[in-house]
Amino acid sequence: MSALVFSVSSPGMLTTVQDGGRWGFQGKGMPVAGAMDMQSLKLGNILVGNAQEDAALEVTILGPTLRVEEGEGVVAVTGAELSFTVNGAAVPNWTVVRVGVGDVLAFGAPLTGCRAYLCASGGIDVPVVMGSRSTYTRAKVGGLEGRALKKGDTVRCGAPGALWRQCEGFACPGELRSVYDPEAPLRVIPGPQDDCFTEAGKETFYGSEYVVSNSADRMGYRLDGPVIEHVGAADIISDAIPLGAVQVPGHGQPIVMLADRQTTGGYTKIGTVCSVDIAALSQRLPGQKVRFETIDLDGAVALVRNEGKKREELLRLRARWRSVRDDGLCRSVRGGTPTKGEFLLGVDGANHRISWEEVHE
Amino acid sequence: MSDTTYPRILTAGDGCVVVEFGDTIDMAVNGRVASLAAAIRKTPFVGLRDLVPTYRSLAVYFDPETTNVEKTYARLEALSRDAGEGQAGGAKRTIVVPTLYGGEFGPDMGDVAEHTKLSEDEVIRRHTERDCYCYMLGFTPGYSYLGGMDPALEVPRLKNPREIIPAGSVAIGGKQTGIYSIASPGGWRLIGRTPMRMFDPGRDPAIILEAGMWVRFRPIGQAEFDEIEAEGAKGAYRPEILEEEVTA
Repeated sequence: MSALVFSVSSPGMLTTVQDGGRWGFQGKGMPVAGAMDMQSLKLGNILVGNAQEDAALEVTILGPTLRVEEGEGVVAVTGAELSFTVNGAAVPNWTVVRVGVGDVLAFGAPLTGCRAYLCASGGIDVPVVMGSRSTYTRAKVGGLEGRALKKGDTVRCGAPGALWRQCEGFACPGELRSVYDPEAPLRVIPGPQDDCFTEAGKETFYGSEYVVSNSADRMGYRLDGPVIEHVGAADIISDAIPLGAVQVPGHGQPIVMLADRQTTGGYTKIGTVCSVDIAALSQRLPGQKVRFETIDLDGAVALVRNEGKKREELLRLRARWRSVRDDGLCRSVRGGTPTKGEFLLGVDGANHRISWEEVHE
Repeated sequence: MSDTTYPRILTAGDGCVVVEFGDTIDMAVNGRVASLAAAIRKTPFVGLRDLVPTYRSLAVYFDPETTNVEKTYARLEALSRDAGEGQAGGAKRTIVVPTLYGGEFGPDMGDVAEHTKLSEDEVIRRHTERDCYCYMLGFTPGYSYLGGMDPALEVPRLKNPREIIPAGSVAIGGKQTGIYSIASPGGWRLIGRTPMRMFDPGRDPAIILEAGMWVRFRPIGQAEFDEIEAEGAKGAYRPEILEEEVTA
């Protein structure tokens, strides 16, 4: 068995390699990049037996067509519904399918959302640059030569975890999926420069409807809507731009700063979209509406931790799914009446040989 | 330190907190930023992801899933009160930036000479004579915000920014001077270019310059430019970094 190797027959609109992000170098001006919808990336990686922050393909609106040239493995698509198919047959999102040489993976009509994650067993294997495989196109770093996929590219995966075969057919239950209501308000933690805005300005921001403009990309989403009033100048001494920061330059229209944002900037920031809703915004398209409401820090942290609990639950379900399958590697505990046995359990890349025995006391 | 407004702790989302030491660009405030960063690096907390020192504040990124947020805020508050201005007694580290001035690589040198009413040689002399202090990095990977340029070299930015400025371009914009670390658009006036790679993702470290270091421009000729460029392409160029003790 060898790792999956794909050839790119058509690259799609914007398909890039993304992982958990390039952390640790923002102090030197290097943006974090990484998946825009981090929860979908992590869930997808769990499904196919990878470590949660392994690299996958982030597919934007119109997906690529890939052909398996070598190897075998499992894949799953999470995030946006972009009509994923294998050999022309529809494959639902959040479901693990097995693929091998000659299989053609493609996407069709974009139905809901903006970004899907094509996760493959073993993760996408490109050179690690500054601790990450994420593509940051503006500095031509990471991914495939620092750019989006193009026709004729070869995309290789790493060696899959020992139990990858057992992942086949595994699906993420609906309540654990990261599916975002496109109408739901985005929750914002006020600050760091909310004191630079008038009360009227803050009321405008939290009380109005904004629309995602055509300038909405991995760097940030510019929104169109009522002008937010500053107390004085819109410029500050340049400081760090956190993920989800809502910058309001002099023109008074908000810009939400996302994965590929520059590390520092000199505009006032009225608030910061909470982590969970950054993914929700990343799945919206130009023309869709955005509303904001406040949330406090404790509330936002609780939301993040709830996402973590969902992933833990999916890990538990995966362990159960992979443990009860009878294909020679594991002896079934479901059928028959064995009194002892053993099986291999791969948890995030580490393999455990589990022995069990029925005891009578 | 009579100002009781600072340091202040600013919430910047659920994964970042900013400690602000003032509202000015000066080395004392920037020194406190550096001190706090050093204190956190010395005993990092569980969940710490990144530190971003800027002119007058430090952004501390953390993973909200694993960080004890309340404790982290309290600890930052305590550490920030203790953060001194640093520098004194420490080593002054200066990176030498070999620069080929004028000509093809410095297309705005003539304009700068005209604006400043100095000869081109005098522009070069003044630009290389004073070391510049690196307050912070940002904007693009490896781009430094430098302070301390000779005020006589101040020139207005271009009315029409260039769409693409080659990496290594040495430029002046207003009261500031800088080095474009990657090819990017920009409105500063180009007076030269360094063959040294300010950012090289294949090198370790990819970015040599750090906040708190000093930058010294050194004029070079075409032959040395070509030599350094060739060494850089092979990953063999070692930048010159001077260390000297500072007596308070």
